[in-house]
Amino acid sequence: MRNSARYQWIYAWMLLSPAMIFLITFTHYPAVQTVVSSFFSTARGRRKSIFIGWDNYTTLMADEVFWKVLVNNFWYAVWTIPLSIILSLAMALWVNEKLRGRGFLRMAYFTPTVLPLIAVANIWLFFYTPGFGLIDQIRGLLSYPEQNWMGSPDTALYSMIAVAIWKEAGFFMIFYLAALQTIPPSLREAAAIEGAGKFYYFRRVAFPLLMPTTLFVSVNAVINSFRLVDHIFVMTEGGPNNASSLLLFYIYEVAFDYWDTAYAATLTVIMLTILTTVAIGQFFFLDKKVHYK
Amino acid sequence: MTQTTSTAPQSVSKRKPFDFDRSLNTFAAWCLAILWLMPLLYAVWTAFHPSEFETRFSLFAPLTLQNFLQAWNEAPFARYFLNTVILVTGIVSAQFLLCTLAAYAFARFTFPGRNLLFTLVLLQLLVMPDILIVQNYQTMRSFGLIDTIAAIGLPYIASGFGIFLLRQTFMTVPKELDEAARVEGCSFLGVLWRVYIPLAKPTYLAYGLVSVSHHWNNFVWPLIVTNSVETRPLTVGLSIFAVTDSGIQWSVINAATLMTSGPLLIAFLLFQRQFVQSFIRAGIK
Repeated sequence: MRNSARYQWIYAWMLLSPAMIFLITFTHYPAVQTVVSSFFSTARGRRKSIFIGWDNYTTLMADEVFWKVLVNNFWYAVWTIPLSIILSLAMALWVNEKLRGRGFLRMAYFTPTVLPLIAVANIWLFFYTPGFGLIDQIRGLLSYPEQNWMGSPDTALYSMIAVAIWKEAGFFMIFYLAALQTIPPSLREAAAIEGAGKFYYFRRVAFPLLMPTTLFVSVNAVINSFRLVDHIFVMTEGGPNNASSLLLFYIYEVAFDYWDTAYAATLTVIMLTILTTVAIGQFFFLDKKVHYK
Repeated sequence: MTQTTSTAPQSVSKRKPFDFDRSLNTFAAWCLAILWLMPLLYAVWTAFHPSEFETRFSLFAPLTLQNFLQAWNEAPFARYFLNTVILVTGIVSAQFLLCTLAAYAFARFTFPGRNLLFTLVLLQLLVMPDILIVQNYQTMRSFGLIDTIAAIGLPYIASGFGIFLLRQTFMTVPKELDEAARVEGCSFLGVLWRVYIPLAKPTYLAYGLVSVSHHWNNFVWPLIVTNSVETRPLTVGLSIFAVTDSGIQWSVINAATLMTSGPLLIAFLLFQRQFVQSFIRAGIK
């Protein structure tokens, strides 16, 4: 191990370089470049892109659609994150319980994860179709009136939220399931001997042990609440009147329908800022409650 | 997950004749499972029956494959399949290669800048290429790669998640094995190949499955960078097929939907157990 330290550095750097080149080209460089472009105007035809300072941000502050989309995304996150986590935890507990037909249950819960969101959006589209769709058919049996789920501004966003929860919960279940299986059975036996009920055991033993998983899953859920917009393309295209549009969908529209790339970059900066703040906040907030083994 | 705390101290091993709490749980679990399967079941129903039975459910409805044939003939699905297969195999093999080398460097070597570089890698878990669509599109245009399959895959091949996962696994490899192989005269790459990779097989399986399903299903980025039949993956092809003509029947759209998700769904049903097991063994907690 004489001059091998220096040799090992070089060796490690060589192993790393292919991955780092790609990471920098497609993650770090574009992230930085996005911030830079947000201070420039969009080049159009012969007009070059010029430095315009905070102009894009001023536009943003006055952009009603931006605020609308931001509020939508807020509600989208507020509903999808906790609901998908609670459901995934329930699913994992059930599958772990060795209930009758657990193989079937696990398969049923997990299936949405492997189906393309864009494809299942077609199926959900049919469920929501007014009058003729499955939900309205069932409501019809109970003699409820027809409801235009995706066409009405009051329900469009919630229709999207339901699809997102359905899609996500099974994936998170896997992480909880993996964590549950690492809890030694002796803990449960000990709790039973002490006379602890099932709920008590869950609340005081299992749940605290699952905290690292909850942290991991919730950070993922936050990211997904910005990222999962595929179904909107097929189902509502953000409508009616942007009632179901989300930040990433709006960025897509601005960048690739109106080709205003500088403004799209500005919107991306907002998204990156929110994402980073929430993730860091979550980490510090939850980190105190996480009991590492 | 139940409020019934009243089930008094019970011995774990002994079976009770009738456990109310348990039956209630089983019932709830099954209800949720059926609710979760509804969209898929419904798609299967419409795809295999003539369009008159889209909303009429009768046990004696005739079965048909006509919807699949019609969908297959009306859009170049064969080409889309090929594109998706090329894309997914390309991404996953490149990911395995790059992530393995990087993870090995992080797990096995000490070098200046290691922590900084690792932080940069982890940053990608938060700032994903999925979000940086505007800038990555410009990059692809300057490379002249717009409308190529490579452009769909390139932003994803250095995966922060993959590097992290493999590094965690490589860290659990006992130092003695590594040293023994070195004494036997293995080079660093030889050690990687003979010791680390074989021990990380479950991680590769889990990561491979996650990655395949993620990229098979990916939509927004491929939609942006492709604009011809020769490069479009299934997801984008399907979205175009489903809207081009509003006259297309639900049954045909659902047949196309099943077709595009079919291979993945079948693979998942076959490997379900291994999939969940490998996740657990890979220590993703």
